[in-house]
Amino acid sequence: MLKIDIERPMLTSEGKKTLKICSEIEDRELLCLFGHSGSGKTTLLRILAGLTTPSKGKIVYNDTVWFDSDKKINLSPQLRNVGYMFQDYALFPNMSVEGNICFAQKKKDTEAIEGLLELFDLSALRKQKPTQLSGGQRQRVALARALAAKPSLLLLDEPLSALDFEMRSALQHEIRKAHQLLNTVTILVSHDVNEVCSLASSVMTIKNGKVMAQGRPKDIFGEGTFQHYSQFLGEITALSELFLG
Amino acid sequence: MNDDFLQTLLLTGKLATITTIILLFIGLPLGYLLAYKRFRFKPLIEALISMPLVLPPTVLGFYMLVAYSPQNTIGHFLEHTLNLRLAFSFEGILVASVLFSLPFMVQPLQNGFASIPRSYREASYTLGKSFFITFTRVLIPNIKPSIITAIAMTFAHCIGEFGVVIMVGGNMPGETRVASIAIYDEVQSLNYDTANKYSFVLFIVSMVILTIIYSINGNKKTF
Repeated sequence: MLKIDIERPMLTSEGKKTLKICSEIEDRELLCLFGHSGSGKTTLLRILAGLTTPSKGKIVYNDTVWFDSDKKINLSPQLRNVGYMFQDYALFPNMSVEGNICFAQKKKDTEAIEGLLELFDLSALRKQKPTQLSGGQRQRVALARALAAKPSLLLLDEPLSALDFEMRSALQHEIRKAHQLLNTVTILVSHDVNEVCSLASSVMTIKNGKVMAQGRPKDIFGEGTFQHYSQFLGEITALSELFLG
Repeated sequence: MNDDFLQTLLLTGKLATITTIILLFIGLPLGYLLAYKRFRFKPLIEALISMPLVLPPTVLGFYMLVAYSPQNTIGHFLEHTLNLRLAFSFEGILVASVLFSLPFMVQPLQNGFASIPRSYREASYTLGKSFFITFTRVLIPNIKPSIITAIAMTFAHCIGEFGVVIMVGGNMPGETRVASIAIYDEVQSLNYDTANKYSFVLFIVSMVILTIIYSINGNKKTF
């Protein structure tokens, strides 16, 4: 279980605000952080990864204290063992697809690399450099690299924001696959209701740095909205299959 | 080709090579610090590093000569503790050359580091990699064009250095007489043929270095 109780001032387009999050996230949950731009979603993700330090509070994951301002504990990102997928994917241009995935491993495990390349359909692209890949391919490499380190927590920062609709629905499937493979907590940032309804087992809505609600997507967005998006998604998928084969 | 001519060219190459190697080791950490870290006196440090770009070389040469003098604290310490006399010696022009070429190494490297998205470093850290691994395997390979530019610019600048070297080192054959000083000296002695030979070598070397930079870097903006 991930327990978060933190505070941190943040600068938004509407001026200074305080990010104040108090929440508990169950094991094996795929949680979507939902909210408008500047609400604090990415800051929370960065705080969990150890890339940004809260001004006060506590973060405990599976009985390990990651951050405690009172006891002056702040584990470095290297010690938290999180898989973080950045908005720009942050693939290293000097390394090939395979090189990027290998780099993430603590000990070289060729079998695991082959498994990941196959799982994300990257075997044919293994020698390509990130600059030679499409947006969707880069997303799959970033996801495979995040998984290669066998993280105990998977953090995805708007992983699908730069992609078109068709690519988004295909890659939502990859994210579900990644979550199932890790069998741990996955936290995903999104400001797209469609994405949240399709992927998440639970949702945390954040507004101006505060948690407005947390629960299942249909409880948060209402049964109607949830069904509407599910039905809409189903229709689009059916149409895509019909026309694109 | 006489011995003096070769000796002067070899000394010029030696000074430029050693200066470039020393500056590469200083420039990489310094460029990193200036690109990523915020600290109180950063503008002052940046100004000091860039000073040789605007300062007349004779000014730096004059102050270095004063500092090297055994009558002053630094010179006294160097001579009596380290048994080192820097004025009018190769070591003296080497120190002056390192200081005077600092911006040619640091600025391209600083720009190179600054052009790398912050997410590369952060991605490496979240993958459990140390600062050293991140620096050597992620950052340095991704600023290769800037490193090549920095090395070539520093080397080319050292080869053509005149003002600082003549102030600090004078014109001692085999010790401090580098090609640019030799040209001046030969012209003063009306030996235009020898001056022409030195000038031609420096012209070709500078031209080759700059062509290499532009052909490797293409249109990438690195400095």
